[in-house]
Amino acid sequence: MLKTVVLHNVLMETVIRRRRSDSVKMAAGQQWVLVEMVQAFYEAPAYHLILEGILILWIIRLLFSKTYKLQERSDLTEKEKEELIEEWQPEPLVPLVPKDHPSLNYDVVTGPPSHRIIVNGKECINFASFNFLGLLDSERVKLKALSSLKKYGVGTCGPRGFYGTFDVHLELEERLAKFMRTEEAIIYSYGFATIASAIPAYSKRGDIVFVDEAACFSIQKGLQASRSFVKYFKHNDMEDLERLLKEQEIEDQKNPRKARVIRRFIVVEGLYINAADICPLPELVKLKYKYKVRIFLEESMSFGVLGEYGRGVTEHFGVNIDDIDLISANMENALASIGGFCCGRSFVIDHQRLSGQGYCFSASLPPMLASAAIEALNIMEEDPGIFRVLQDKCKHMHKALQGTPGLKTVGEPLTPALHLLLENSTGSRTNDLKLLRAIVDYSLDRQIALTLARYLDKEERFLPPPSIRVVVTVEQTQEEMEKAAQCIREAAVKILK
Amino acid sequence: SHSFTHSGVFFGPSNNSTDPLNGQGRKVWLHVQKNDKGDCFHQPRVRGEDSFEEAPMYVAVLTYMNYGIVILFGYFRDFLRAVGLEKCHQAQEREEQRNFVPLYQDFENFYKRNLYTRVRDNWNRPICSFPGPFFDIMERVSDDYNWTFRLTGRTIENVINMGSYNYLGFAENNVDFLKTVAEETRQYGVGVCSTRQELGNLSIHEKLERLVAEFLGVESAMAFGMGFATNSMNIPALVGKGCLILSDELNHTSLILGARLSGATIRVFKHNNMQSLEKMLKESICSGQPRTHRAWKKILIMVEGIHSMEGSLVRLPEILALKKKYKAYLYLDEAHSIGAVGPTGRGVTEHFGVDPNEVDVLMGTFTKSFGAAGGYIAGKKELVDYLRSHSHSAVYATAMSPPVVEQIIRAIKCIMGVDGTTEGQRRVRQLAENTRYLRSRLKKMGFIIYGNQDSPVVPLLLYLPGKVGAFSRAMLKRKIGIVVVGFPATPITEARARFCVSAAHTREMLDKVLQSLDELGDDIKVKFSRHRSSYRPELYDETDFELDS
Repeated sequence: MLKTVVLHNVLMETVIRRRRSDSVKMAAGQQWVLVEMVQAFYEAPAYHLILEGILILWIIRLLFSKTYKLQERSDLTEKEKEELIEEWQPEPLVPLVPKDHPSLNYDVVTGPPSHRIIVNGKECINFASFNFLGLLDSERVKLKALSSLKKYGVGTCGPRGFYGTFDVHLELEERLAKFMRTEEAIIYSYGFATIASAIPAYSKRGDIVFVDEAACFSIQKGLQASRSFVKYFKHNDMEDLERLLKEQEIEDQKNPRKARVIRRFIVVEGLYINAADICPLPELVKLKYKYKVRIFLEESMSFGVLGEYGRGVTEHFGVNIDDIDLISANMENALASIGGFCCGRSFVIDHQRLSGQGYCFSASLPPMLASAAIEALNIMEEDPGIFRVLQDKCKHMHKALQGTPGLKTVGEPLTPALHLLLENSTGSRTNDLKLLRAIVDYSLDRQIALTLARYLDKEERFLPPPSIRVVVTVEQTQEEMEKAAQCIREAAVKILK
Repeated sequence: SHSFTHSGVFFGPSNNSTDPLNGQGRKVWLHVQKNDKGDCFHQPRVRGEDSFEEAPMYVAVLTYMNYGIVILFGYFRDFLRAVGLEKCHQAQEREEQRNFVPLYQDFENFYKRNLYTRVRDNWNRPICSFPGPFFDIMERVSDDYNWTFRLTGRTIENVINMGSYNYLGFAENNVDFLKTVAEETRQYGVGVCSTRQELGNLSIHEKLERLVAEFLGVESAMAFGMGFATNSMNIPALVGKGCLILSDELNHTSLILGARLSGATIRVFKHNNMQSLEKMLKESICSGQPRTHRAWKKILIMVEGIHSMEGSLVRLPEILALKKKYKAYLYLDEAHSIGAVGPTGRGVTEHFGVDPNEVDVLMGTFTKSFGAAGGYIAGKKELVDYLRSHSHSAVYATAMSPPVVEQIIRAIKCIMGVDGTTEGQRRVRQLAENTRYLRSRLKKMGFIIYGNQDSPVVPLLLYLPGKVGAFSRAMLKRKIGIVVVGFPATPITEARARFCVSAAHTREMLDKVLQSLDELGDDIKVKFSRHRSSYRPELYDETDFELDS
């Protein structure tokens, strides 16, 4: 720092003196400059020369003295470095998981996870798999998958860009777009990766995303990958969302230039997997236009469930699907295949074909799984009554579970995946989970297959309370549902006292 | 010959002397060099050379000029579009949302609009058969200069497939081979509708995992439904804040995403450069975490077995030595190497004669050599147990599809020979033979070929973006499907074509490909190799660690 200041002074000095002499002899050639300088040297007062001499000496000193750097202080000798390396002891790669860890010992399903399922050797009625429309067991779907297997084999051996695009992929995309009545659809080979790739394709560092607190884990991961600024609003609380939007509006007025390039998004789920309720979409659309925010809607639980034709929450509310900028859903629940899709206007969706990481950098969906999804769509289109059946059964189950002693039923009547919560927590999550697990085990012994809703306790942004998940499918009969509700009631009475 | 060779530094001279043309590679390949430290795992093989020949200067200059011209044209046409002289074919924002903040920044789209669109017919070519040694491509044409495509309904049949990652030829539709897969489909259907931790843990998943562990020779393994997600959803379970990830600069996006999601500090070392890695290890341990200087909790080195764009082979023995010296952990992504290298197809550990248990985390995918989908992580039981309880994938993602599981099981059984045939081993050998054959012939023809002689990923350097499209189209005309890649997947001056060798390729197919390449190489003038002998400079000379353990 000092060095530069001094150098600067000296330079200034020379410049000033040059200028002075320049004014005397403007037209002088190069050779005159030296003469001038010598002349100036003679003309200069003594104090000036002394000062300049000192400055020059100082510069020389600074040039040759060792530079002072912060890092230099921590410069270690080779020996010290070796000692440090010798001393350093890393933590083990992973901590040891105790043998009885609740999430280490999985329930084992032998045979297909269909309506009748064998869990840990016991044959049960399935109240746990998201096979809402029973399409997992559909002979038609299986036959279609088989004929596809015969033609294409299993794997695609490449991403979409490199000969991993099959005619069935194009067909499935077209069919999904048509089914949802949007311009374009894009498929991913993994449900989880769908919204997790879609969010960071649009929202980048510096952008703002308003997210519901109950948003599922794949949304959370997508947000993290986007490195955007994330603002959480209370679950389904539109006032809280509007408060945040207003805050942002004030912020924008302070810096309108910046505000012009900050993209903003609202990310919500159609039907929340963690909370089992529906988002207030009409209000969200109003807020969208009022505050000019785009809406991304994750519909994994509501696609093929809500609405007259199973188109999800937009149809449920009668909201124009073009008002939603992006809809994503997986094909692993109602469609009972594998993978996921996004749909919307081409202007939005097409961008993912070069920017969706899970799309570009992953092998494409095995054609037989795409064919199965196409056949599932065929069934859904041919028999739209199926959604009504499911919705009725959901309402029935919801009603049947009301008033279970010690357990609270969380979720709207239309939800096919309800949560049963402890009315009175023991105060410890581990103990709560043990109690709930005891209820699950009790039911398993009585031919009712249930499951705990699983979360990664430390990774969730807002960890949902422990719960048992009860899934309704069209295959369950009235009696079976009664039986399940009865069984849960018995278990609750017995275990929760 | 001018090929930068960086081998032989550690293991003495590499066997450059063999002429792979008449030796057909096979004998050389199976030869395991004996080392005086006799135990069975420490018989490092001759690594073979990784060559990265540099392009002549004029090529670099032309490449930049090429980009310059296209970019100038791009600006000119953008100007024409702005004043309305040229029609803009891109999808537009709807009227109602014109006053929103634009969804895309303009410069993001410049590349796509003005450069990518010109050549985009070379990607996403739809096919309508299984991706075996031949495939059928659906013919498409564009009526608006590549903005949209129209399928003509015709197919280009029996195109030689040099693009799919079908290393061992398990992408096949032979009814006998797929019998068990069909049975599983009939019994299970295709979905699972639940996660592994809830009710999606099928006994066949566990069977697959036991088989994978046995195949790899490690204690335990876990399988996941998507290769990409195997990286991105498991790395965060292994490292976190206060940990350090040392990542190869050319690592796959999934590894980078996983590292980023983990919250650990990430530092990047030069591709396959042991000096750079060691320097980083040393400095990181000595200075500790940034600002606080607290010691790192753990250090994880992330590398790939075979790089998918460079064709290079990881320097595994050296990395293992470094890892031991500095007490770091090693995460080895074998997406392209499992099944594809090693005398019996067990990946790079086997290729180098290294005990797989020395690698802390063995990751690989089922998409490539096994012709299926998904990925695995294998290693010590503690590691896999931890992942079973903490992997994002196990808790939140739907379990693997049963037919896909069965396809992997049958492929692994075939490679292991437990199906009672020698077909698997024949394929492994065939792949090795094909790889050496194609690589050596291409080099002889004067192309610049990157990577290791044993790597079935064969990049052929084209450099100029203008040649990329021309090359790919001309090859398709000759009924050969190849993959071309350019910026941003490669450095801007290193656009290339990439071939993936398969065991299913016959000598006739390869000869046809080679002949076409030879002619085309002269036509389009991409035989850039000057074959001046030189060695990769200084980078690998100074190492101060010993190789044995």
